[in-house]
Amino acid sequence: MQASPPLSGSSIVLRFALIAAILLITVLALGYVGGWLAPQRLTAQRMVNQLQANAGVFPGFRRNHAKGVCVAGYFDSNGQAQPYSAAQVFAPGRTPVVGRFAIPGGNPYAPDSSVPIRSMALRFTQANGLQWRTGMNSMPVFPVSTPQAFFEQLQAQQPDPATGKPNPAKVAAFFAAHPETASFLAWIKAAKPSSSFATEGYWSLNAFVFVDASGARHAVRWRMVPEANADTSTAQGADYLDADLTQRLAQSPQRWHLMVTLANPGDPTDDATKAWPSDRRDIDAGTLVLTSTEPQESGACRDINYDPLVLPNGIAASDDPLLPARSAAYATSYLRRTSEEAHLPGTAVAHTQPEIK
Amino acid sequence: MNASSTRFVLAARVLHWLMAAMILSMLFIGVGMVASVSERHEWLIGIHKPLGIAILVLAVVRLIVRLRNPPPPLPVDLPPVQKLAALASHWLLYALMLVIPLVGWAMLSAGGYPVMLSSSLRLPPIFPVSPVAFAVLRHAHAWLAMLLFLTFLAHLGAALYHGLIRRDGVLPSMVGGRSK
Repeated sequence: MQASPPLSGSSIVLRFALIAAILLITVLALGYVGGWLAPQRLTAQRMVNQLQANAGVFPGFRRNHAKGVCVAGYFDSNGQAQPYSAAQVFAPGRTPVVGRFAIPGGNPYAPDSSVPIRSMALRFTQANGLQWRTGMNSMPVFPVSTPQAFFEQLQAQQPDPATGKPNPAKVAAFFAAHPETASFLAWIKAAKPSSSFATEGYWSLNAFVFVDASGARHAVRWRMVPEANADTSTAQGADYLDADLTQRLAQSPQRWHLMVTLANPGDPTDDATKAWPSDRRDIDAGTLVLTSTEPQESGACRDINYDPLVLPNGIAASDDPLLPARSAAYATSYLRRTSEEAHLPGTAVAHTQPEIK
Repeated sequence: MNASSTRFVLAARVLHWLMAAMILSMLFIGVGMVASVSERHEWLIGIHKPLGIAILVLAVVRLIVRLRNPPPPLPVDLPPVQKLAALASHWLLYALMLVIPLVGWAMLSAGGYPVMLSSSLRLPPIFPVSPVAFAVLRHAHAWLAMLLFLTFLAHLGAALYHGLIRRDGVLPSMVGGRSK
């Protein structure tokens, strides 16, 4: 070791200051990247906080689509999607499915008639261990195309503390400022809350990419088309959907056809507010058969996060900006509800304060 | 016997600087992906998992290299409390670089997620599916990562202290540029 000349007192102070500055910059950089020092950035935590501000906190339940029921069954592939996707689920044969029907909103005790939308979430478990998870809604388009706009919609719909209901002026102002919501508004104007989960069709909303065995990519959307005929009867009470499903499944399995729509070049894959023209090619990829149902409190779907980006080889995300936001927000919701199940300290009462816009 | 008495062996130095870059990147990727709802969320997660497994594998290799090649001794005039801090923080770093990837892997297993290193490469689960275990492991993953970040800051601060203030042989023993 070579001897160094001793440092002067001021030189030592300067060098300590340099070391402190390097450490401080490192801490600030991590704080910025982690969002703690960038409070205006839209994060999954803020989105879920807003969902909680709108609906309240129901420990152990999902922060959105909180009211639902577990189902199980299988998917019988006919092989017709195989030329477009190398996913094992599309090879001819059967893949087990654990699913969940639900209605939107964060209140697990909301009346079934409170919204005209139903949702279907599915987890396909391939023989090779890879999974395909998808969450679909009974509407062909989503109201907004970006996470920021979705967040603003939630903010506009937050109940006014004085009335307990959203402020109509704020809601109207939001939709006026977001003309991309027009297709959704036209749809919901005509929509009625169905009296059954089994008679509904469910759309992927977001575009995805099928990757075939040669690596070629095909932009797609999909939907589940029910075999059961639309039911025009009006249901009574607040909780008729579970009973209807139990009754139907006691009689026979319920079936849907998985219809995959192939995009034409130029069809938007990054905008869930825009339906593709109706002449696009549809492939009937096979039949979803649901055979049983269980309550969500004890069923197999309870602990599944239906993250739409859990995908097998052969299905990939598109450039739709809603997809990563869904994935991130679902993960946050999943961590909160599993933390509540685990009775971890600080859970269940956290994050109930609404954000002030 | 000559170089090894004042410098770390070449394998140890290469592993140190390679893993320093990987682990520091990993800490930023980890906090960044959790706070993002943009497309960054997806590609950061796509890096996070294979990088974590790479760190786990390299940490095992590094532990073997360390056990086979004792590090150069600390300066004889270093106060005992600083020697203890050096020893404890180094073994804490080793423990964390092994444990954090394993906790991450176990956490995804407990959450019922397929542990994907690429679009087709899946690791087997190492923990039974359990939402309670998922929550505990997920929080542990984050808190252990914060502990790793703090230990890294102490390590960086100490290295700079040795290099800039004490100007002893500690920093050259790992930088390795200075021949003795």
